[in-house]
Amino acid sequence: MQLNIKYFGLIAELTQCNEETLEFSNTTISELLETLYNKYPELKTKDLQVAQNQEIVFNDTNISGEELALLPPFSGG
Amino acid sequence: MSRYNRHIILSDVGQQGQDKLSDAKVLVVGAGGLGCPVLQYLTAAGIGTLGIIDFDIVEESNLQRQILFGTESLGANKAIAAKKRLEDLNPTINIEAITERLTSKNALSLFKEYDLIVDGTDNFATRYLVNDTAILTNKPFVYGAIYKFEGQVSVFNYKDGPSYRCLFPIPPKEGSVANCSEVGVLGVLPGIIGTMMANEVIKIILEFNQVLSGKLLCYNSRTAESSTLKINKNQSEFDKVLVNPNVIEVNQENNCEVSVKEIYKVDLKAIDNIQFIDVREINEQPKLTLSNCIEIPLGNLENNINLIDTSKTIIVFCQSGIRSKNAVEILYKHGFKESFSFNGGILPIIQALKINV
Repeated sequence: MQLNIKYFGLIAELTQCNEETLEFSNTTISELLETLYNKYPELKTKDLQVAQNQEIVFNDTNISGEELALLPPFSGG
Repeated sequence: MSRYNRHIILSDVGQQGQDKLSDAKVLVVGAGGLGCPVLQYLTAAGIGTLGIIDFDIVEESNLQRQILFGTESLGANKAIAAKKRLEDLNPTINIEAITERLTSKNALSLFKEYDLIVDGTDNFATRYLVNDTAILTNKPFVYGAIYKFEGQVSVFNYKDGPSYRCLFPIPPKEGSVANCSEVGVLGVLPGIIGTMMANEVIKIILEFNQVLSGKLLCYNSRTAESSTLKINKNQSEFDKVLVNPNVIEVNQENNCEVSVKEIYKVDLKAIDNIQFIDVREINEQPKLTLSNCIEIPLGNLENNINLIDTSKTIIVFCQSGIRSKNAVEILYKHGFKESFSFNGGILPIIQALKINV
């Protein structure tokens, strides 16, 4: 299936794009992250949270949506 | 009172709403980029009691975004300088300036005195302390955080809604995410995010029913786009705190600065015996162009220890001297005791080399 993935903050700096479309055939969020770690090895060292269809999800969640987002925590104030 | 006329004539606020604002007690943690606009609007709105806690002093580099301060405030404590400005804006409210750092020692008793907390801090240790103390004292808190051109806003611990830990369960390592003093921030961004935070505070006090609880608003000032993401409550994240209330002390200890050896100047005669390590992200400027300088971003350091020439004295630097301290802690763990963090970051190093070479 085609996934549209949005990137925020320093994750977008690392991937050098705000969003991209990927062809993906596995099932869980953690499998998707593994795919992205292969593409962007540095991503593995970053703290991040995943959202699917505008909802925060965790690694064991099945991918059901087409709209994903990777967001890091921000500390600045 | 004509001061609040435009609120009072507003059909969903009225005198009744204005009275709720006057009765409210709000604690703002941090009077920096986010805290300043929050405080300004809450003071103008007539929040009856406003607490400001900040131990830091006003520096010139703050004035680009911390709009309560002027050149007259330079060197003054931020809580006191903010109070002085805000009392001119609205002398009819009660403003309490607390010039301490928020710690696990003072947080509980302080939070108990207020109805609502605003998190305008600039580091993860204090953000988790605010979250955990809010859970222990059962107070809602309005959250905001910024990075370069982007911001996040939410309301946590509000009417059985989620907490910050439901969004980010694991505290990131301090230094793993750069803050404004290291990577910069567009001055207007905390103005936008802080104003959104003030808006949520007022909505909570006025008991509006569409508070930003259970949702994270992400705003990008470059694209003017925003996304709102749903956050679900995870009771086990509350239990982490409720079952073990001393988690707030543990957190602080984990984040306490260990004593890392710092140096303040480079001895040029010894320069050939130095291994410089730049732990900034690859895109950060300016670079130190020396053959004995290697670039390993902090997050990759642990996996690249073998790249370091350990026969030399190790000097680690970053943009401002914070991440480099974390890097030296990692090096200590690997047994490299002759490692130093360069105080003040890259600019003083370049300056020293230019002057002396």
